[in-house]
Amino acid sequence: MTHILLRHREIPDINQLSVYIKNGGLAAFKNAVTKMKPNEVTDVVKNSGLRGRGGAGFPTGMKWSFIDNKNWPHYIVANADESEPGTFKDREIMEGNPFQFLEGLMIGSYAVGANAAYIYLRGEFWEIAEALDAKIAELEEDGYLGDTLFGTDYSLRIYTHLGAGAYICGEETALLESLEGKRGQPRVRPPFPPAVGLYNKPTIINNVETFTNVPMIMTNGAEWYKSMGTADAPGVKIFSLSGRVRKPGNYELPLGTTFRELIYTHGGGVQESRKVRAIMPAGASSSLILVDDDNILDTQMDYLEVRKLKSELGSASVIIVDDTVSMDWLINKTVHFFQHESCGKCTPCREGTYWMSHLTERIHSGQAGKADVDLLLNVAKQMQGKCLCALGEFSTMAVVSSIERFREDFDNVVKA
Amino acid sequence: MTKQVTLTIDGKQVTVQEGTAVVDAAKLAGVDIPVFCHHPKLEPAGMCRMCLVEIGRPMRDRATGQFVMENGAPKIQFMPKLETACTNKVEEGLVVVTQSAKVAEGKNSILEFLLTSHPLDCPVCDKGGECALQDLTMAHGPGKSRFIYDEKRHLAKQKPLGELIFLDQERCIQCARCIRFQDEIAGDAVLEFDKRERSMQIVSRSDPGFDSVFSGNTTDICPVGALTTVDFRFGARPWELGAQASICAQCPVGCNITLNTRREAKTDGEIVVKRVMPRQNEEVNEIWMCDKGRFAYHYAGSKKRLAKPLVRKDKKLARSSWDAATKLAAENFAKDKKDFVILASGRLSNEDLFNLKSLADHAGGKAYLYSHMAGGELTSLVGVGAGTNFAAMGAGTTILVVASDLYQEAPIWYLRVKQAKERGATLIVMNPRETKLDRFASFKVRYEYGEEARTVHDLTKKSKEGDALLKSENVVILYGSEGLGVLGSQSLATACAKLLNENGFTGKPNNGLIGVWERANDQGAWEMGFTVEEDLAKALKGKAVYIVGADPVNDDPKLAKALEGAAFVAVQDVMETATTEIADVVLPAQAFTEREGTLTSGERRAQRFYPTVPVTGESKPDFAITAQIARNMGVILEGTSASVVFDLLAETVKSFEGLTYAKLAEVREQFPIVGRGDMYYGGTTYENKKGLGAHLSAAATRGEKVSIPRVQREPVPHPKDKELLAVPVNKLYDRGTTVMTAELLHQRIGEASVSLHPDAAEKLGVRAGQTVNVSFNGTSGQAVVKLDTSIAEDIALVPRSMGIAIREPVAVKVKA
Amino acid sequence: MLSKKYPKEVKQILSKYPPEGRRSALMPLLFLAQREEGYINKAAMQDIAEMLDITETEVAGVVGFYTLYHEQKEGKHRIQVCTDLPCALRGADKFMDDLCGNLGIKVGETTPDGAVTIEAVTCLAACDKAPMFQTQGPEGIKYHENMTVEKTLELVEGLRKNTA
Ligand SMILES: Cc1cc2nc3c(=O)[nH]c(=O)nc-3n(C[C@H](O)[C@H](O)[C@H](O)COP(=O)(O)O)c2cc1C
Ligand code: SF4
Ligand code: FES
Repeated sequence: MTHILLRHREIPDINQLSVYIKNGGLAAFKNAVTKMKPNEVTDVVKNSGLRGRGGAGFPTGMKWSFIDNKNWPHYIVANADESEPGTFKDREIMEGNPFQFLEGLMIGSYAVGANAAYIYLRGEFWEIAEALDAKIAELEEDGYLGDTLFGTDYSLRIYTHLGAGAYICGEETALLESLEGKRGQPRVRPPFPPAVGLYNKPTIINNVETFTNVPMIMTNGAEWYKSMGTADAPGVKIFSLSGRVRKPGNYELPLGTTFRELIYTHGGGVQESRKVRAIMPAGASSSLILVDDDNILDTQMDYLEVRKLKSELGSASVIIVDDTVSMDWLINKTVHFFQHESCGKCTPCREGTYWMSHLTERIHSGQAGKADVDLLLNVAKQMQGKCLCALGEFSTMAVVSSIERFREDFDNVVKA
Repeated sequence: MTKQVTLTIDGKQVTVQEGTAVVDAAKLAGVDIPVFCHHPKLEPAGMCRMCLVEIGRPMRDRATGQFVMENGAPKIQFMPKLETACTNKVEEGLVVVTQSAKVAEGKNSILEFLLTSHPLDCPVCDKGGECALQDLTMAHGPGKSRFIYDEKRHLAKQKPLGELIFLDQERCIQCARCIRFQDEIAGDAVLEFDKRERSMQIVSRSDPGFDSVFSGNTTDICPVGALTTVDFRFGARPWELGAQASICAQCPVGCNITLNTRREAKTDGEIVVKRVMPRQNEEVNEIWMCDKGRFAYHYAGSKKRLAKPLVRKDKKLARSSWDAATKLAAENFAKDKKDFVILASGRLSNEDLFNLKSLADHAGGKAYLYSHMAGGELTSLVGVGAGTNFAAMGAGTTILVVASDLYQEAPIWYLRVKQAKERGATLIVMNPRETKLDRFASFKVRYEYGEEARTVHDLTKKSKEGDALLKSENVVILYGSEGLGVLGSQSLATACAKLLNENGFTGKPNNGLIGVWERANDQGAWEMGFTVEEDLAKALKGKAVYIVGADPVNDDPKLAKALEGAAFVAVQDVMETATTEIADVVLPAQAFTEREGTLTSGERRAQRFYPTVPVTGESKPDFAITAQIARNMGVILEGTSASVVFDLLAETVKSFEGLTYAKLAEVREQFPIVGRGDMYYGGTTYENKKGLGAHLSAAATRGEKVSIPRVQREPVPHPKDKELLAVPVNKLYDRGTTVMTAELLHQRIGEASVSLHPDAAEKLGVRAGQTVNVSFNGTSGQAVVKLDTSIAEDIALVPRSMGIAIREPVAVKVKA
Repeated sequence: MLSKKYPKEVKQILSKYPPEGRRSALMPLLFLAQREEGYINKAAMQDIAEMLDITETEVAGVVGFYTLYHEQKEGKHRIQVCTDLPCALRGADKFMDDLCGNLGIKVGETTPDGAVTIEAVTCLAACDKAPMFQTQGPEGIKYHENMTVEKTLELVEGLRKNTA
């Protein structure tokens, strides 16, 4: 299959501006700025059915249309925080096919009327930020960024901004706080960023992969895009496959591809030819899918179908768990992650993840009794529906699903 | 008028202003939703999640936008999750349920989470008895913690954030009220969280720690015992405290306060003041107060209190009877009418000042206000009056602050001016140097010392500041005495009064002149007809002087010298001072905590204070002492009842007309609701049950014709070669009598200082931190050098009441 | 002072943000301040606070929130091994144990010569290339993927030379 997003896998040196342009790059942006009205651009994206690739799957065109046109200036932000355990796709895009991402961001900027765009990268992406800065400078030099572009009165500049190690800064309002030079703690919502965002101005935030789709949609049209994927989720998605598979990595596939195809055709199957025992389709934030029936692997990966398995597709960071793994160990890992990353702002998440990490540690180290497992399940459920942002909720997913679906793993390690 | 919105809370229909948070609307409807992080004065944070409720919204048809009806009423759609009542704003038709099994589970869970990290050391906690966590746990909490106790974290229990406020890290529930107060309300962002997750802790990195004059307020709104004042911690249990309403006497703002008292073994079972707490008056101090007011109350219980009248015999002060002492004073005052001088300070009450002024009038003496600042006759002409309220100032109002550093001189006005600006008012800050208020100014105007009156006069001539001011509906001017003595402040006041009067900014609410006086009741003295004297030393020399509530001997060697040459000196005060030491007669007065009376604030609001603790020794209220002296001079003044004195005052002084003690004691419903059973909501600030006070009228309000005299410009001394122009500035924590008795504040008071421009310092060959000698007119003093880049090179800033007696600008020599 | 030492960088950082967003420069300035010593000292915090017209406490609150800022002097280079779930499923924990064993230090400790500090961190977005770590030091942040203990020890030798 030819790639739409990971085009560097076929086109060598597409991360060079001249090569990118030779392959049709930046024509869509130029066309949008010189020939289209902003809302026409938004309409194309709306019609394509593109949904956000950052996790929540919110329709992108619809989000862009929410921008408050009574309040100016507008900002646009690319979310390149990529910190969900199991997710590593945005990084590959930015390293391999940076101009397509930048062009998507530029088209988005035009559509929402932003003259300044920020790329918020997790602090660890230091080298990527430096490389992007160089690409942005090239675009400026060649007249794709700057003032009065292509002789219109539209101006645009792009800036990179590094985080400094905090998973929560992927959450869009925490990201804005961080971008404003503050502690990355989520804001109260509403108001939502398209009304009140960066510096209290209307702001659109999208994931890197989301933006990277846009130039191709503008070039080939909404219908073309919709011809791929499913009705619920048109288009293609990069699945970050990790865990106990032979060939972990990013796989760009149409939405609706089955787990089986991802794991066996692309991922080379499970290590040591073992059995898939559980799947975490959305990284550490997933509810674990219990694979007790081989047919489950034939589930199509889109938002709806995965939800039917009582999980979520999220950012499609698919972690494969085989029968060498005990769930008490696994949730000890995930809970410690969330405990460490809880921003501390709201009570249930701050205290709940702390409490859960005590319990999973006790359970995993064999000091706990059966009642502790019940208590853990109870504490996790007690957190649900009460936190300020989704991180707190995420922290309970693996806990509740693993205790409910893999109880025997816990009973095996607790004291009689 | 903002839009009203009607919603239903627990079946009750409530109509409130648009934009109100659901939790506040519920409070107005009498429904208590428990909160920790929410505070009605702060922006919503939604952090603690204690206020979770069920919220239903009327369904609208997507196509038509009309309500979907069901059984004749809009169909209500409830969200699957509980929502925070603090972050959701009211909407038309909203349905809020605070009493359901689901909500109860929510509250119970949040409390259990909070208690997992809480030490539960209520029996030794200062907050016990007025603690939100304790109260809410009793009401909604789990019976037992399922979190095993030995896994609890142990953290610092006595961590100083500064020398005034301590943090108990174990008790903190991370609600961020203190951080948000400092950032949003005080404008001193000197508290922050360090770290994140459960390791998150409050820290202050300022130097000195917790560097804000509003720090004490955080202990009132801290919903647990995490923040305590060094003054009160381990001092008493809240439930054993008595409470009496009072007025803070530290500055012209007139914050409403409550004095908490208790019998104390240390004082032989006497009732003493244990702490000072703010008392709500939304028009004056809201629910806040500054640290000076909170901590500098100790003088009333000081060991140096005077308990008995003293009369000089054989060069020594010896005990006397009231009769003998007042007779002696009366005889001397009556000797020669021309030579009788009263020198009284604005520390006294209206009643005291009225009797003093009456005595002077009847006996033919002079009545001087002990102050370096003039212009009060103008504030009684065109001052602010009835209906004036900083809280109502916003867009359409211009506030001009000139020659005053409000943060240092009247901290609560600083807050209120800042808030008015944030609500849309135009703020013009005029000062020769940078002050804290500059950060919030719409316009900053700098001028040279000595140019203040001219700058005000020229303001309305084609400047953008002037245009903004003239276009406003309302204008308030606060003028102070930075760099000014009697003559300078007189010219400045005149220029300000003229500007207001000529442009119609007088005689109506939220318009007029406010003096940023040195003392709490200077305005009262002006209303009574006191005046200030430029050359006080000359005015005292050879006279029979009656000094009340002032310590000129300590303040100024020149005055000390003048009093040496006085014919007779009677001193009436609460404490031994350098001036009582040279007196012929010493008359012990009661402290404001021991008696009743009224004070007139800078915004001309008369407010009552009440007797709180037993009287010290034989001391008497000032007005009574004056009446007794007067009687011996054949003048009959009221000497027993403060309220009767006030009635006479109201009959005599026009601006007080119509006011009575009963009127000043009136209260109205105020919002937010504080100090009741729901301390978690507004904090431990006291509810106002004893009076909101009332404005005096101004001549302009009474419709009298006001004419403002011409501005007389004061010539500023020209420093010669090798000299600097020393200008007096005011400091909150100075060496004043009342402040020095608060040992807690000594670190903040610091040493006498002189601020120089870095270039000037270099020229003089002195460094920051070095002690130098400052000399002028034959006097000199030691001061530590500080640097200030915002002043001119020929200027030396010298704080008042810090050891170097400076009343007005003078040329000085500074030497290493 | 930062603006004296790195005038070009400071100017460039400040130019990225609108005047009302001046505080946005805080995080990049902190990275700049940390560049040489590997930690942010009090003087730098005061300096940055003044530059951005915020309080030192606000600066400290930000430093404390993010894991890539350090207030304590540790090894000149930090080796930050991802031991999060996806990497752990591919042997990261064992890699960490072996590495520490070979260096003779525990997680969180610094080699006696002050060259490297070993830290365990959460997911670095390189889950398909475990075992992996990043180095944080004067040269910035660099990824090292598909690592073995042998390769890592070689790298440590290189860093040691660079420290000496
Ligand atoms: C705890 C948390 C972490 C998140 N991390 C990321 C992230 O690393 N990258 C990302 O694009 N979105 C992340 N999101 C989702 C964002 O909040 C937001 O929905 C997304 O950036 C919107 O872009 P999209 O519409 O293009 O998906 C996270 C959300 C939460 C609650
Ligand atoms: S859920 Fe966790 S991460 Fe989100 S606001 Fe609450 S404490 Fe912070
Ligand atoms: S979350 Fe509403 S009061 Fe704290």
